[in-house]
Amino acid sequence: MTIFVFWVAAPLTIAMAVGTIVARKVVHSAICLCGAMVTLGLLYTTLEAPFLFVAQILVYTGSIMMLFLFTMMLIGIDRRESLTEIIRGQRVVSGIAIGALLALLVFTVAGAVSGGFGNLDEVNERHGGNAQGLAVLLFTKYAFIFEALAALVFTAALAAMVLAHSDQVRAQRSQRGLAAEKLQQYAATGANPAAAPGSGVYARTNSIAHPALLPDGSVADNSVSAVLSERGVVPSDVELLPILVAETAAEINGTLPIAGGA
Amino acid sequence: MSLSAYLIVSAVLFCIGLAGVLLRRNALVMFMGIELMLNAANLALVTFSEAHAELDGQVAAVFTMVVAATEVVVGLAIIITIFRSKASLNVDDARRLRH
Repeated sequence: MTIFVFWVAAPLTIAMAVGTIVARKVVHSAICLCGAMVTLGLLYTTLEAPFLFVAQILVYTGSIMMLFLFTMMLIGIDRRESLTEIIRGQRVVSGIAIGALLALLVFTVAGAVSGGFGNLDEVNERHGGNAQGLAVLLFTKYAFIFEALAALVFTAALAAMVLAHSDQVRAQRSQRGLAAEKLQQYAATGANPAAAPGSGVYARTNSIAHPALLPDGSVADNSVSAVLSERGVVPSDVELLPILVAETAAEINGTLPIAGGA
Repeated sequence: MSLSAYLIVSAVLFCIGLAGVLLRRNALVMFMGIELMLNAANLALVTFSEAHAELDGQVAAVFTMVVAATEVVVGLAIIITIFRSKASLNVDDARRLRH
């Protein structure tokens, strides 16, 4: 059974780990890492570490990966990664170094164990179970390290709060600043500092697709949305002017009630 | 099958994590590589615990988990801070301290 679980979980773990590294999108990396954590937990069960199996899933897939996902939500996930090398030859040298390290680890450390399976059974039973045995060690032999870790966790929580609560990077824009900015742009490029004209000021309807007409009868292009102009639903001044002239004449002759008067 | 198979898996996982840190430029993926390396170390610790029939290795793995959790909390806060000022996840963009 142990061997079966190992040969299922170990290749899965390595495949998921490779997926984490090669995935183009960060979300896919995160999902792969989640899978690697769970299958690694399965490996822990075969090594008679049931407490670590539970802790692995709770801590890694439960909290650490959630933190990763929250960060992704905060900063957006659709960012392209630039693949240009900043340091020349870094990829090649890294690849060689990784291969060398792998060979070193496999050929030296992997042969260092001689014991077989099943040695932990009686140790686990000594205090009534794996979790109890770990607790005894944690609160007697390693009590000081445990306290030091508590201090570390406190410091980390404090550090995260200080880092995440940052001061404003840019000054907040005030109304006065905005006005000054607009006038500066007017002086530099001649951009209109006033508000854009509203649609339909001289038009016959209050539709947003109806452009405002300037005093000379031409269409004020910036009074309607660029999207609507692009779609071709905005009437041009050639279409509008005859209607307007006729209506104005009718108004003067008293045959048409003045708009808004009725 | 002996316990050395677990150590080989651990070594492979460690090297994959290392490759992630060295070859990728996305800060989040680099962080996941670090997580992989920590997990590989954990697997080795638990394997040695089994081989020596002592629980000390598993206690060390628990400690590693706590350290990994704190590391992620601080690291992600740093990533968010950098992102706020640089609007980028690329580690090469954070070079303000470069002379």
